[in-house]
Amino acid sequence: MIPRLRLQAIQKSFGATRALRGVSLKVAPGEVHALIGENGAGKSTLMKILSGACLADSGTIEFEGQPFLPRNPHHARKCGIAMIYQELTLAPHLSVEENIVLGDEPSKFGWLDTRVRRESVRKALAELHSESIPIESPVNRLTIAQQQIVEIARALLGQPKVLIMDEPTSSLTSVDTEHLFTAIHQLRKRGVSIIYISHFLEECQRVCDRFTVLRDGETVASGEMKSADLNQIIRFMVGREMSELYPQTPHRPGKPLLEVRSLAGSSKPRSVTLTLREGEILGIAGLIGAGRTETLRAIFGLDRVSQGEVVIGNKTRTCASPPRRLREGIGLLSENRKEEGLMLNRSIADNLTATRYGPVATCGFISAARQNRAACDWIQRLDVKAQHPEQPIVELSGGNQQKIAVGRLLHHDARILLLDEPTRGIDVGSKAQIYKLMGELATQGKAIIFVSSYLPELLGVCDTIAVMCRGVLSAAKPVAEWDEHAIIASAIGHGEGEPGS
Amino acid sequence: MNGSRLWQRLLNAAGPILGLVVVLGLFALNPDVRPSVFSGGNFKLILVQTVIVAIGALGMTLIIVSGGIDLSVGSLVAFGTVVGAKLLEAGCSPIMTGMLVILCGAAVGALNGGMIAGLRLLPFIITLGTMGILRGTAKWIAGNQVVHASETSSLMFLMERKNPSEFLPLPAGVWLALALAFLTSVLLQRTVFGRHIFAIGSNEATARLCGVRVQWTKLCTYTVAGAFFGLSGLLQMTRLGEGDPTGGVGLELDIIAAVVIGGASLNGGVGSIWGSVLGALVMAVLRNGLGQTDMGNYIQEIIIGCVIILAVGLDKWRQSRRRAGA
Repeated sequence: MIPRLRLQAIQKSFGATRALRGVSLKVAPGEVHALIGENGAGKSTLMKILSGACLADSGTIEFEGQPFLPRNPHHARKCGIAMIYQELTLAPHLSVEENIVLGDEPSKFGWLDTRVRRESVRKALAELHSESIPIESPVNRLTIAQQQIVEIARALLGQPKVLIMDEPTSSLTSVDTEHLFTAIHQLRKRGVSIIYISHFLEECQRVCDRFTVLRDGETVASGEMKSADLNQIIRFMVGREMSELYPQTPHRPGKPLLEVRSLAGSSKPRSVTLTLREGEILGIAGLIGAGRTETLRAIFGLDRVSQGEVVIGNKTRTCASPPRRLREGIGLLSENRKEEGLMLNRSIADNLTATRYGPVATCGFISAARQNRAACDWIQRLDVKAQHPEQPIVELSGGNQQKIAVGRLLHHDARILLLDEPTRGIDVGSKAQIYKLMGELATQGKAIIFVSSYLPELLGVCDTIAVMCRGVLSAAKPVAEWDEHAIIASAIGHGEGEPGS
Repeated sequence: MNGSRLWQRLLNAAGPILGLVVVLGLFALNPDVRPSVFSGGNFKLILVQTVIVAIGALGMTLIIVSGGIDLSVGSLVAFGTVVGAKLLEAGCSPIMTGMLVILCGAAVGALNGGMIAGLRLLPFIITLGTMGILRGTAKWIAGNQVVHASETSSLMFLMERKNPSEFLPLPAGVWLALALAFLTSVLLQRTVFGRHIFAIGSNEATARLCGVRVQWTKLCTYTVAGAFFGLSGLLQMTRLGEGDPTGGVGLELDIIAAVVIGGASLNGGVGSIWGSVLGALVMAVLRNGLGQTDMGNYIQEIIIGCVIILAVGLDKWRQSRRRAGA
């Protein structure tokens, strides 16, 4: 049988970064194919090439036996390759039906044909068993799960032969996930091939027929999903032993630096109590939307605190603004590097020194030479791949950008570091360097709160872990008392006092 | 490595310089215009004509780099001329008048900035509002007519062209503009306040995260810029010897064009003082040169419009090339 889609030896570089070094992928008609790999393994680049958002440097793509070169997303969609992105791409103010037909509105002589529109929208939603979605309301009034369904319905309208889903369940509840799986089964019956990208291996095993594992831009394994050994897949993904990835630097927690008592924000978090000691790495696990980011923002003074206390050292310092928190020696690393974490069009030096000009300025006048020297110093110490300190940060790869964002906290000489998803979207090598750095900082007596959605890194790096569920933070327990199962159970609210007891 | 960096810098500075050379070159090609444009006296005239736009562009650069915009400049300048003329009429001393007009500008700037920072509203909307308010107030104060300021004599030295056919000596206003450009450039490039302006324009969320007092910095930016606009108004009044409540219409667009030609991005976070000054010079040369051809006024306006679009297009192209070079 001719495969629906065949990719061979695809390569792609962005500047000096080689995102794809040789990827091969084969998908049969009506097959659900899991594409597995860590963040930064090259999944999204590969999907961008398939959906026409960017061009491969070399390699071949065959679509139903014919060479295929998508020129742009519209062309790819015309040919039958539809993509559902992880971040929703709906127009928030338009109605459900307007969104579903967007770009392909049924019309007669330029006039919208609302009757045909309504029919086709109803049909698409019925296929997904989601007739309950109000098709006239604007999509920003829907839940995230409903929006996801709308997005899928939009993709279905073009009668795609290949549907790419990027982390479709990352923001869905378990009930909605079931709905999605039913929809996937329906599509498979119709002969649609699905490329299913997910971090959740158990989910992949449930819905997928075959899998391909990417690591560092290369295909490292592929095979039957049902009979696969998940541990083996994880080894393929990581490609190295845990001990290599999470180097242990000995450190010992000392006296408390930061105490938070029943902290609540305007909506999230609802109740957070924690104690952070010198030289301690405290991990906070939880589902997306549980309120972990909001907790850090409230502690840092970016969001309003409505209740509770924040004690720094031994002084109560609940009310605060970011400038004051910075003076008190607290630094926050934003989870959103591009939109909040960094000034993308400014230089490395400016980004590094933005919170503390003291060492590079005299009486408020900044010395460019001293600023560059300081930046060079950090570039070397953090092993950042950059040409010179005046290079705009947008020219660096994700991992190197993140090192600069962390470097800012180090330049600020913060005693308490609030790190929100510090390893999101960066390559494995940079991750290992950031873990190592965190260990070294703890050895120097700095205190770190480490928020992450990736459990192996929390278990590998932290001294203690607490789990957030619906805005409430559980008590912190030593890492030895946790395992992945216990954390997930607490995160979904099933494991009150599970570990330890 | 250092070579490419220097090259990048030169390329960034080259835009407005190139623009100036092209504009001058075009006039040099036309034998009818050449002698009258390329004379010491005319160059001096061009510089004097530049001063008002250039000083406004200093303030506007600060605002645009911070990611904002100010549409009320033209009205503010007219308002400044009226206030100055009225003060002189009332017997205020020239120095006092000058200071009060600048202060007036700063106060209006603070009002703009205060509303933008305090109400978290878009600068475009706020300054569109104050544009109308100021224009109306200026007309009201002036009683809807031009106020003659006969007493400008001791302020006249600012814009007076002694010996108009010779290049030197330049009037004090030109030197003042140069000195202010230098100071503002240092402010923007070398001080923490300047870096905070860049930070806010580049990414407001990051600035907040980095402990920048965003709203306060915005307020200060608009206030400082307001003082510059006030000074522009003062110079306008001394040059014309009157307070005209209907003057300066569309001046803000000339100033914004100068800043954009100078390499600033309306998205904020990018811009340079010297670029803006050169941009102002380009605008002045264009107006002056085109005024001396026998083309009609309307052709002048069309050409200037095209130049603005060309400049912004060039800027966009340069930025995309920079991105692609990543």
